[in-house]
This record gives sequence, C-alpha cells and structure tokens, in this order.
Amino acid sequence: MHLVLMMILQRLALGVLTLFVVSLVIFGATELLPGDLASTLLGQSATPETVAALRAQLGLDQPAPVRYWAWLTGVLQGDFGVSLATRRPIADMLATRLGNTVFLALYAAAIAVPLSLILGVLAALWRNSLFDRVANAGALSAISFPEFFLAYILIFLLAQSGYFPSMTRISPNMSLGDKLYVTFLPALTLTLVVTAHMMRMTRAAIINLMAQPYIEMARLKGLSPLRIVLRHALPNALAPIINVIAINLAYLITGVVVVEVVFVYPGLGQLMVDSVSKRDIAVVQAIALIFASAYVLLNLTADVLSTLTNPRLMRRK
Amino acid sequence: MTRGAPLLTIRDLTVEGHAGEDWQPIIENMNLTLHRGEVLGLIGESGAGKSTLGLAAMGFARDGCRISGGEILFDGIDLRKASERVKRGLRGQRIAYVAQSAAASFNPAHKLIDQYGEVPVLKGQPRRKVAAEAVALYRKMQLPAPEEIGFRYPHQVSGGQLQRAMTAMAMACRPDLIIFDEPTTALDVTTQIEVLSAIRDIVRDHDTAAIYITHDLAVVAQMADRIKILLRGREVEEADTRTMLASPKEDYTRSLWAVRSFQREVQPPATGQPLVSVQGVTAGYGKVDILHDISFDIHAGRTVAVVGESGSGKSTAARVITGLLPPRAGQVLFEGVPLPPDYRSRSRAQLRQCQMIYQMADTALNPKLRLRELIGRPAQMYLGLSGRALDSRVRELLDLIELEPDKFIDRLPGELSGGQKQRIGIARALAAEPRLIICDEVTSALDQIVQEGILKLLDKLQREFRLAYMFITHDLATVRAIADEVVIMQQGRIVEQGPKADIFSPPHEPYSELLLSSVPEMDPDWLNRLLKTRSLPGL
Amino acid sequence: MGVVVFLIAFVAVSIPLSWAFRAALARLLPRDMAYAAGTMPLTAAFGLMVVGLYVFVALFAPLLAPFPERAVVGSQFQPWDSTHWLGTDRLGRDMLSRLIYGARNTVGIAFATTALAFLVGSLLGIWAALRGGWLDQGLSRFVDALMAIPSLIFSLLLLTIFGTSVLTLILVIAAVDATRVYRIARSVAQGVVVMDYVEAARLRGEGTWYLIRREILPNALAPLVAEFGLRFCFVFLTISSLSFLGLGIQPPTADWGSMVRDNATLITFGDVTPLLPAGAIALLTVAVNFIVDWQLYRASGLKERI
Repeated sequence: MHLVLMMILQRLALGVLTLFVVSLVIFGATELLPGDLASTLLGQSATPETVAALRAQLGLDQPAPVRYWAWLTGVLQGDFGVSLATRRPIADMLATRLGNTVFLALYAAAIAVPLSLILGVLAALWRNSLFDRVANAGALSAISFPEFFLAYILIFLLAQSGYFPSMTRISPNMSLGDKLYVTFLPALTLTLVVTAHMMRMTRAAIINLMAQPYIEMARLKGLSPLRIVLRHALPNALAPIINVIAINLAYLITGVVVVEVVFVYPGLGQLMVDSVSKRDIAVVQAIALIFASAYVLLNLTADVLSTLTNPRLMRRK
Repeated sequence: MTRGAPLLTIRDLTVEGHAGEDWQPIIENMNLTLHRGEVLGLIGESGAGKSTLGLAAMGFARDGCRISGGEILFDGIDLRKASERVKRGLRGQRIAYVAQSAAASFNPAHKLIDQYGEVPVLKGQPRRKVAAEAVALYRKMQLPAPEEIGFRYPHQVSGGQLQRAMTAMAMACRPDLIIFDEPTTALDVTTQIEVLSAIRDIVRDHDTAAIYITHDLAVVAQMADRIKILLRGREVEEADTRTMLASPKEDYTRSLWAVRSFQREVQPPATGQPLVSVQGVTAGYGKVDILHDISFDIHAGRTVAVVGESGSGKSTAARVITGLLPPRAGQVLFEGVPLPPDYRSRSRAQLRQCQMIYQMADTALNPKLRLRELIGRPAQMYLGLSGRALDSRVRELLDLIELEPDKFIDRLPGELSGGQKQRIGIARALAAEPRLIICDEVTSALDQIVQEGILKLLDKLQREFRLAYMFITHDLATVRAIADEVVIMQQGRIVEQGPKADIFSPPHEPYSELLLSSVPEMDPDWLNRLLKTRSLPGL
Repeated sequence: MGVVVFLIAFVAVSIPLSWAFRAALARLLPRDMAYAAGTMPLTAAFGLMVVGLYVFVALFAPLLAPFPERAVVGSQFQPWDSTHWLGTDRLGRDMLSRLIYGARNTVGIAFATTALAFLVGSLLGIWAALRGGWLDQGLSRFVDALMAIPSLIFSLLLLTIFGTSVLTLILVIAAVDATRVYRIARSVAQGVVVMDYVEAARLRGEGTWYLIRREILPNALAPLVAEFGLRFCFVFLTISSLSFLGLGIQPPTADWGSMVRDNATLITFGDVTPLLPAGAIALLTVAVNFIVDWQLYRASGLKERI
C-alpha cells in the first residue's frame, strides 16, 4: 500500500510539474515573436510614441521572468489580466463561457462514453461479424470526416427541416430540458466524432486482452463466455479502458472549438477563435492554459486510476 | 494388463490452420488411443503439431484453426459433434489443461486459490472443502507454505512454483485426463526436477491419464508410459517408452537419438599465453552488480564453455569482453595487452579480433539486407575488399558454411531456414577473420538435428582457422560435445572451472553437482535414481 | 431521404469501380507487386483509386478547371447550370473550378506539412533511440512537455503569435505534428535498436549514419509509412479545420475548408453545394485510412505467419 501511495504522490508531483512547464511554454511562446508584440499589434503605421505607450501598458518594458511571475500569480488567483482588444478583464469574459463549454462537453461525454464502450466491447466479442465490419467502417468514416462536415450534415438533415435549432442561443435562466434540446446538435456532433475514436480503441484493447494466454486458460477450464468476459477479461481491461476514456475526453477539448463555431455556441472555443483572428494574445493564452490544464488533469486522473486497478502494482511481492 | 474401453480415442483427425487465403493442414490423419491412468508422451520439433493435437483432445481449436475431419471420442462422447455446453461441462472437470507458461496463463487479477476453486465451486462443491483440498494438493506438490501460497497473486510467486500451482489447479476436480503442454520448457534444469517429480507423483497417485507434450526426449522418458513421435503433423511411430528408447524403428527417430553422439576430439592441455584473459571483472547495470570478480582464460584454437542457468551472468561476461558493458573493476587482456573497456574506444583491428554469433538468428540478421551485404560488409570494412574481390570472398565464405553460393548470394534472411540463418551468422563472423568467436546459445533455438550440423561446422572451422570459441550455453549435452574447458557460473560468480574431463568427473562443488545431476538423461529410471540419491542425505 | 439514396448510389458505383481498378492493377503491375494488388481488400482498392484521382486532379488542375481559380465569372450564388456546373460562390467565382484548384492547394499544403513534420520528427526520433542516454532523455522530456498541450490549441496559440500566412501555417502545424512523429519514430526505432543485428553492426564499428541508413530505416519503414498516412489525415483535417475557422489558408486562394465557411449560409436553405468541399476532404481522408488499415493488417498478418 505504502508503495502505491508513493507512486501516486509521484504522479501528482509530475502532474504539477507538467502544469508548470505548460504555463511556461504558453507564456514563453510570445517571446518567440520576431520583433516586439506592441509594434506587431499596432502595425507598421504606428508612431514610436504609441508603441512605447503600449509597451509600458503591457509591461513589456519589464524583463520576461518578472512578467511571467506576475502573470502566473495572477492566474492562480483567478486574475487572467485584461483583454488587448476589449480592455475588459479576461476573467469576466471567461466565467459564463467556461460553464457553457463544460456543459457541452459533459453532455457529449454522457452519451458517448457508455455508447462507445458498449459498441466497442460488442465489436470485439463479435469480431469479423457483419456488425463488427459495419461498426468499423462507420467509425472509420466518422473519424475521417472533419467536425464541421458532420456538423453541417446534421444541420442539413435535422435543422433545415426544423426539428432542432441550428444556432444555439442559451441563457442562464433556461430550464435543463430546454438547454439539452437547444444544444442537442452540437452535442451529437461531438458524440459522433468521439464515439468513433473511443469505440475503435475499446475494441482494440479488448481484442488484445482476449488474446492473452489466461483467457485461453479460462476457456479450457470450460467457463461460460459471459463469465470469461466478466470475471477474467474485465478486471484486467479497466486500465486500458480508463485510458481510452481519458484520451477521448481530452479529444473533446479540440473538437469543441470547431463545433462551437459552427453552431455559434457561446463557449470558450468560439471566444478563442475570435481572439486568434483579433490577435488578442492575452485571451488566447488564458484559454489555452485552461484547455491544457484540463487535458493534463484528465491524463493525470487516468494515470492514477489505472494504477489503482492494477493488482501487480497494488500488491507487491 | 487388463484394460476396459479406452478413455480417449482419436481417429483420422485433421486440423487445419488459416494461412493467408486458404486452409493448410496442421495435423493430418492422426490416430491416438489413451487408457485410464496411462501417460502418453508426444514428441516433436517446433511446428510438428503437438500442441494442436493436445488441444484437439479437448475438442478445442485455437483462433484461426479448425478441426476439419475425423473423430475425437472421450469416454464415449464424440467431441466433434458435442454441443459447446457439453464440451464446457467436460473441460476443467474431466479434462484439464496445464499450459507452458504458467506466469501468463494465470489471471493476474485473482488469487491462486480463487482460480483453483473457480470450477469446483461453480459446480456446487462447498468452498471450505475446496480450500482444504487445495492446501492438501499444494502440500503434495511440495509448494512452500501451502496454507498461505494460495492467497498470493500470480506475480508474487516464482515460475517453478506457479507451474506446480497450475498442475494443482488442473487436479482440482480430479479429472480423468490432463494435457501437459511443455510444462517445464520455460524453467531452469534445477527447477525442472522439482516440477517433474511433483507432476509424476500426483498423476500416479490419482491414477489420472495424461498427455505429456514436450520436445525433450530425456524428459518424456521419465514421464511417459508410451511415446508417440510427430513430424510435420503426421505420426512417425509409437511404442512404449523402453522399446522406443532401446530400438527405434524409423530413421527419423534414430536421427533424434543420434544427435547427442557428436563428440569433439580431446585436445592436449592448453599452454602458453592465453588469447583472451578475463581478470577480476566486476560488472553490472545501474546499482546492481551482476558479475562478481570473475577470471578465466581462453586459448587459441580451443573452446571454453560457459555454463549456467538464467541469471547466472554468462551473457553479461560476453558483453564485458566485447566492450558493450565496461566493467566496474578488472580488465580484459587480448594477447597480454589490455583492451579498452568500451567498444567505442577500441580500434578497428581490435574490434575485428572478436566476433559474435547470436542465439536468435532471426534477430541477429538484418531482414532487409541480402546475404551479399550481410556477409560482405565485415570483409569490406576490415579488409578493404570491394568489387570482384569482395564478391569472390563472399562466395568463398558461403562455400565454407556449406551453402551453394550461386543459389544463396542474393537471398534475404527471410528466405532461409533456421539452420541456414545460423550458418549465415557464422559466415558473417568469419568474414572479419577473427581470432575469437563468442557463441551465445547458438544452438538453443534450433531443432536437434539442425543443432548437430551447426556444432560439426563450428568444429571444422575451428580446426581450419585455429579459432578460439567462448561457448555460452545452459545445455550440458552441448558442453559435453564441444568443450575443451568448462566454466560453471551461478549468480554472477564462477563456481568451478577447469578442463572438461575434470569438471564432469567427481568430486564436484555442491552447485556443479546439483546442476550436472539435474540434466535429464534418456534412461527412464534416471529420475527415480536421482530422487533417491538426493533424498538420502536428508534422511 | 435524398441522402440515403445518394449514399446507396455512391456505394453501388464505387464497388464495381474499385473491383475493376484492382483487377487492372493486378494485370498491369510487375509480378511481385501484382500479388499484393490482387489480394487487397476492395476498401483498399477504393482508397488507392481515390488517392490516384486526387493526385491527378491536383497535378492537372489548370487543364481540368473550366474557369480560373480567382476570377469573378458570374453573379453571386448562381445555382447549378450548364456553364457553372456547381454554381458560383458568394463572390461569383465558379465553384467547380475552385473545387478543382482546392485539390492542389489544400492537399498540397497538407502534404508538404506532413513531409516536413516527418523529416524532422522521424530523424530526431531515430537518432534519440539510437544514441540513448541524456540526448534521448532530454529530447523526450521536452517533447512530452509540448505534447501536454492539445495540438489544435497549441497551433491556435502559435498562429496568434506569428500571424496567419501559408508559410507560418505550414511551419506551425509541422512543428506541432513533429512532436507526435518523434514519439512514434522513437518507439519504432527503439524496437529495432535492441535487435542483435544493430548490436552486431555497432560492434563492427559502424558509424551513426550507416546504422540509421542501412540497419534501422529499412526495418522501421513499414510502420512509418502507415503512420505517414495517419499523420497526413490528421494534418489535412487540422488545416481544413483552421481554414474553416478562417485561420488557415487565406483568401483568395481556393481552399476546401474556407469554401465551406464562405458558403455555409446556403446549407440552411437546403443547398448541398457547400457540403461538396467538405465531402472532398472526407473522401480523401477515408481513402487514406482505408489504405493504412490494409497496410497495418498486412504487417500484422505477416507477423502471425512466422
């Protein structure tokens, strides 16, 4: 037990370190800029005075480590600074949008995770059957489609005829049912993409597992197929399945950006795309940090959970 | 001996495997009869179809295989026609299976005793009774701490103990038939003895019939009442054990027996300066020392066999000599001059002197290079040959290893048999015109007949070029055949070394005694005698 | 309903076409390749056929397109007719011509990016696996840190900083993708480096370049080629998504992602034209995936037979 605790603490420490490095990369990326942020922002027509003024305002006259420290301590207290484009505090801009994005991602995950696990396990059990082939071809196609293509196909099929709205306007005082209805199409788009990935990975993990000698042994002991799956395969499948889920929830983060733009959904992704075209680096940095942290934390959770399900690690010699 | 109806009858069995687009037979027209309480040994080289036959006796075919013809009658039930339900009822209860690798065949997620009890408890036996029986069986199998070992997980138990626990698990429902599929192949010889004797006793005591699958003749001689010999999916011959050992009928069988007859001429004692001298070497990886202060010499034109079980450090010693692992202390002298410890700081001339031949020819030859480049590259590098000179040198080398140059020079390793690949490994080593060749288990991956060819070739080359061999092996039969000097290693230390004649005759060091006596002999009474002599001092 | 009919018709047409294509390949190719071509699954034949078609269109775009890439040749949003087979776009440019030029621009840029990412990533990965030690550790930890940021997010961040031009797009995506290639190439090469034949070559005194060129690369090639297909799909989808977001390939260059974005309003009116460039993206990705699947299956199938 003691050893596992050490291992988990080690993982947590590594996670914190990773987060730190990520923040360093996200902050440090601006330093790669050829020339100077202020003059880039103002363009070539700017006078030296306005550039100098902006530099002072952005704190660019201070050395990079000082600015990084100020930024990091601010972020840890929930203060992301001020948007370069709108001059509003970034934290205010993020607040409701973060909630919206999390809502959409959870909505998609709630459908996709159980669906893809069931499909993946079935495809693995009925390997090379018609079901397996159709599911595989379908998944392969869904993976190959750009998210916006799926989104527009759904709009074309379901929104154009008026079943669901193609633009998602949500307000805080909507009932949960209304919210679920309005956000159905973006959630479905994300679900399709993620389910395809997750199903394929689950199938591969299960097939890999079913080829293990101890599964053949269980069959030679005359156990029923159901018992083989539940008692002999499943306990060993937890770790790979946890990893599959984590990878795909992390994938939602990327998917959400495009889907939010298509459906004009007021979330972080849409804000990020807007800010990129305005070259509002402060906002982009803040959102990138949030997305990256979510990604790191997901992987960390998966890591810890799969450690806890591994009997080899849980009970040492 | 009066016998009732046979327990297992297999008639005209054909099993096919999926190969690309079509089905290829793995076993053809196989017949087999087994009576209650009888042990049948199945012998064959890799690819002979022994495991497939063993599994077919349970009515089971692996994925990608199918039983396509014949009959399998177990106690009157035709397993080919029986429903899955009926077969499931038989498996585990009346027919049990013991796999080659117990470590992989136990489920890592459950305790040993839970896996032991799975079938009996499912069939309605009370848990307590099953647990008590498990402990009794564990004790009978001479497992340490029989009351507790069942509550461990597979990864907490050693390989030899796991193999015994798996035999106990197979015994759980007191089956009529157990299939043993190479149960000791993955074990060291000293561990093998314990498992063999435990398996034999328990099968006898319970009067269980068994099919014992192995490629090792000496092992099967101890275990089986009758022996059946397979070659490429067909039966060669079958007879009771003593008859088979004393007077085999078929040429193929006799050739299996003959392998162990090769014997290198006795050489006069070595004198003068050794070619290679390993002096006080201590080496290891990370913080762990694997070799502790080892010293030995190799003389030109002679073979030093380095013997030991897995983990004894024999391959590590080779890595120190080649410079892959610089030692922590001690040095390696070549003709009296110290070699730089790291191969990267050795000169080309120094690298050339010492060549290696590897155990797995599959991984030792780059599969994407043609033999011309594989063999030619050392000659090109060290001797500066090119163009026609290189071509004729490669042909000369192919001649030396008895492969027809015109036929082979432009082949890829994938187009060769296992024995031919190993010959190419030898040719590549020769191409550098070295003084010392390190042979790392070069024959252990090969079938027995092929082994003999390789040993003879090595011997011929040694006489022709006055080569020194450092021959690493765990197989004492090979040592007897080719060694001049023997070095016995255990846990990174040299236990005993000296001329072959001295090592193989008493008195022995205790570990050498244990190791030498553990090597199975073809005599069917060998195990009995050994167990008797071993138990004497303890009484 | 229309979609279902279209799908059925599409499948019904592609099956005999792929079949004929496979038969033709088996007949025309030299003997050693003909066997592989003759036994490949129909999906793979379909994939090869589609990829071939795209390459053809990309190479001969100026000859095939009825109108120039950037010229305004009609009024806005003209419907499909005999002059403008697929109508015109928001500015009155010919849709079909832009679709054809898009093959050249979108696919070309994605291919160049993947090739760049592969060159950098795989050489570094193989080198790290071969050298081991601190070089491997240092490079790998650095790549791990970069990979802790989702690739699209990282690309967006970099594009904000460097601005959106085709060159920065290629460099940014290639840099982000090279980290993934590095990982794969390193692990594939590590599998090869532990082989005895590499040890034998090292003990022979071979130099790093010989080891990479003759010992490692030939044996790492098959998985790397399959990976190239997968990475190409990924890069292609990323660039298309970025273009769709208005952050990738910039107007007036004809590009499939931005064509969808520019004409998306038509979809809500029940016009499928904007879906065509998106379909073109999807079709190519599906095709490449089919080929990769076949190659992976072949690689694993050969392993089983040994």
